Amino acid sequence: MLLRHTTAESIVEREALTINPAKTCQPIGAMYAALGIHKCLPHSHGSQGCCSYHRSMLTRHFKEPVMAATSAFTEGASVFGGQANLVEALGNIFTIYNPDVVAIHTTCLSETIGDDCGQIASKAQESGKIPAGKVVINTSTPSYVGSHITGFSNMVKSMVTSLSESTKPGKDNVVNIIPGFVDPSDMEEIKRLAGELGVKTILFPDTSNVVNTPMTGKFHMYPAGGTTIEDLKATGDSKATLALGPSASGAAAKALDTKCKVPCFDLELPIGLQATDRFIDTLRRVAGVTVPESLNRERGQLLDMMTDMHQYTYGRKVAIAGDPDHLVSLVEFLVSLDMKPIHIVTGTPGKKIAPRFQASLDKVGRPVNLKVPGDLFHLHQWIKQEPVDLILGNTHCKYIARDEKTPLVRVGFPIIDRVGHQYMPTLGYKGAIRLLEKILGAIMDRQDAEAPEESFELVM
Amino acid sequence: MPSKLTPEELKQELLKAYPAKVARKREKQIIINKHKDETSANGLPTTTEVLANARTIPGILSMRGCAYAGCKGVVLGPTRDILHIVHGPIGCSYYAWLTRRNQTRPVSDEDPNFMTYCFSTDMQEEDIIYGGEKKLKKAIDEAIAIFKPKALDIFSTCPVGLIGDDVHAVAREMEAKYPDVNIFGFSCEGYKGVSQSAGHHIANNKVFTDVLGLGDLKKPGKYRVNLLGEYNIGGDAFELERVFEKCGITLQATFSGNSTYEEFTSAHNVDLNLVMCHRSINYMADMMETKYGIPWFKVNFIGAEASAKSLRKIAQYYGDQELIDRVEAVIAEEMPAIEAAKAIHRPSLEGKTAVLFVGGSRAHHYQELFHELGMETISAGYEFAHRDDYEGRHVIPSIKVDADSRNIEEIEVHPDAELYKERVTPERKAELLAMGIEMNGYEGMMPEMKEGALIIDDLNHHEAEVLIEKVKPAIFGAGVKEKYVIQKSGVPLKQLHSYDYSGPYAGFKGAINFYAEIDRLVNASCWGLVKAPWQSSPELSASYAYVG
Repeated sequence: MLLRHTTAESIVEREALTINPAKTCQPIGAMYAALGIHKCLPHSHGSQGCCSYHRSMLTRHFKEPVMAATSAFTEGASVFGGQANLVEALGNIFTIYNPDVVAIHTTCLSETIGDDCGQIASKAQESGKIPAGKVVINTSTPSYVGSHITGFSNMVKSMVTSLSESTKPGKDNVVNIIPGFVDPSDMEEIKRLAGELGVKTILFPDTSNVVNTPMTGKFHMYPAGGTTIEDLKATGDSKATLALGPSASGAAAKALDTKCKVPCFDLELPIGLQATDRFIDTLRRVAGVTVPESLNRERGQLLDMMTDMHQYTYGRKVAIAGDPDHLVSLVEFLVSLDMKPIHIVTGTPGKKIAPRFQASLDKVGRPVNLKVPGDLFHLHQWIKQEPVDLILGNTHCKYIARDEKTPLVRVGFPIIDRVGHQYMPTLGYKGAIRLLEKILGAIMDRQDAEAPEESFELVM
Repeated sequence: MPSKLTPEELKQELLKAYPAKVARKREKQIIINKHKDETSANGLPTTTEVLANARTIPGILSMRGCAYAGCKGVVLGPTRDILHIVHGPIGCSYYAWLTRRNQTRPVSDEDPNFMTYCFSTDMQEEDIIYGGEKKLKKAIDEAIAIFKPKALDIFSTCPVGLIGDDVHAVAREMEAKYPDVNIFGFSCEGYKGVSQSAGHHIANNKVFTDVLGLGDLKKPGKYRVNLLGEYNIGGDAFELERVFEKCGITLQATFSGNSTYEEFTSAHNVDLNLVMCHRSINYMADMMETKYGIPWFKVNFIGAEASAKSLRKIAQYYGDQELIDRVEAVIAEEMPAIEAAKAIHRPSLEGKTAVLFVGGSRAHHYQELFHELGMETISAGYEFAHRDDYEGRHVIPSIKVDADSRNIEEIEVHPDAELYKERVTPERKAELLAMGIEMNGYEGMMPEMKEGALIIDDLNHHEAEVLIEKVKPAIFGAGVKEKYVIQKSGVPLKQLHSYDYSGPYAGFKGAINFYAEIDRLVNASCWGLVKAPWQSSPELSASYAYVG
């Protein structure tokens, strides 16, 4: 057994030890968000190991170059402060790598010693290390608070607080959409859906065509994608903001409302039929447009698949782990398929997270295990106590899946042992069709593998 | 094809985009290999001096990781039955969770194996403000209650050192509470030193003082050795275990591929230490020699010829005809498959070039495999090596100890009153040297590379891009961060940390795997499909028109 020490026996209530986490730390989320700015080089203000780990993990997930710089703290910098390192770094970055934007995030090291990156960036500006027209933004991402989702949220919020501008009394007929910590394929899908509706949007951040670029025989340090600085500034003149996922996107939307009086609409991530419905409905109301037949058709196709295959989803028990915004919508989707999500874990802490599941869980019709924040060790113990038909989660769940001989559908971050998420969305009606295809594939493959020969089905 | 530049011109190309201060430093880290005529005091070849183990330049996209990565990830990570608690915020433990591909093979279903688990104190803001020792102690309580390990170690991450948590005091206190569990800590905060290398040293020290010598396991066999600096990436250690067993050589302990705590405790019960990755483990070899009188020499099991040579060295060290004959028989048995594989793959690779930027020994070791394929390594360098890994150990006395290195403890070791035993007399050492076996020696990478090859320490992204443009090697050996950068340029990259999720590449079977792998990678059909038909000939000479 891969996880041979995990048993079903009484679960030890742990106060101090996290085992097999269902989250990672803030800076990686901030680095990922920063990659969604056009011609931006993310910068990690800390020791070089952080930057190396974050780049490696993002690279494994996307199978793409992930460029980011570091202040490369030594023991001396840790004692005397990282100002000299950051000023030197900014000078080197603009000379050698020539980005339009540098987005600095902190680490537990620089936070613990109390470096003020904003003030240091001003110093760098004064000493001429930042060429004219170049932009430096920064955000505070202490690794000992929240999770990678918090880091993403903080960096997106900093895009607003540093860049968004309200330049005139009226608002443009443009809607801002903050997509949350989702894959580039998902960001593309949101843009496509808005395009179908005929709504002019600014999506930020936008990692599509940054971490899913084509192979052309030439490496581009700054690929074509990413939200431009002009667009980021213009978010302050938009007529509304849709925050997809309160955990990853809510803070930035609120900040934009406060700063530029752009009203915000907090939505759950559009995963599954109902959450996508609410996204489309909100967007058409805000923009004052009619939903085109093309989207009715997509929605109907998804619903058709749900009804056609209902016998394979009905009553199936599911264990699920992931980030809060993904989980809330995934659970709603599972419930709409009459599946039973019975063990649910997110590693991201937050008092407001658990209540978001309530409406869905009320429909499950039985007690459900939900832990916020929890870890995969705990999830595994629950699975041992009451087995499930399916596990939904990131690549780390494959160890549980193999030990428990339970099919796994990979969703969320990180997926480091399969491909497809870079190009195929999970969001929107099409994304839900793909997700359902995967869920059905996993359940039916298992039935095909385990059914007695006499009841092996040709048609399913 | 890129134009052929002289090494000096290439060096200038690498440097020209840099600000003056950066260029001044990099100029000393980018060296054109030149063998000097004179030899060193102990008869070793001398080469040009390299600036190595120097600080990473802020803002530069370096390949390097941190001391924690070297300590937890590299040296201790591969041991399956020591429970590793990372004291810090969640990320450090999370990123080092199974990502290095150290394989392990528990001997039974009951044999403890913690490698698939990730343990962290997940420090929160209040722990940073009020101190994290209390949480660490509680975490140890919980870990012992659930997992009942024989040994438990604690890894310090950056904030731990800054807030002054004393992991060693916690370890002592908890060991008093749990006398059956060996509990020890590492001060391997990420900011220590200039790279992973500091963490290797810290790991060596603590394992030496707190683990080694506590046990008395003696595996049966006449020729008992330890293999130091072999981490069982992709199953390398399994292949070496197979070869050693076939030769009748007993592997007492491997540091630390497929290893156990008990093997560590009893690693002093050998007559010889074999050092693979010189950078990460030479401290251990030196300390064991001082304390127990166990001599060491450098081996390389990457490459079939190198493996054969290393096995012969072991046999000659013992000088026992029975062993010498058995080793020769094993080599003779293994070589036909090697030659057969070479015959298949070498013709499509011969004459092609490689560049290797990895590790503190791998960039040297893997040159052997490329050489066996008829490929020349035209540029190479390490991420975290010291001068001795480049130029040979004879330069150690002349290495200046800077502020960053001074912070890493050098522990004072004395011969053990009971256990010290001289294994080889000075006369025998001289005899061995005459046979080409230098005890405690390592000549480094540069003497074995051709003159004019470009040695680049701590290669960074900018330099990698220039190399691709100007040199266009057939293959680039580096790590995951570089993988897709290089491949987007149309040059295949072989990951030499994770092996691209394949392997093993060590020993004889490993060499065969590697030949096939490089052939696959370099000659993959997809590299030729970059241009769509309309991109290859974009000019329209005629067009179809619909005639109604």
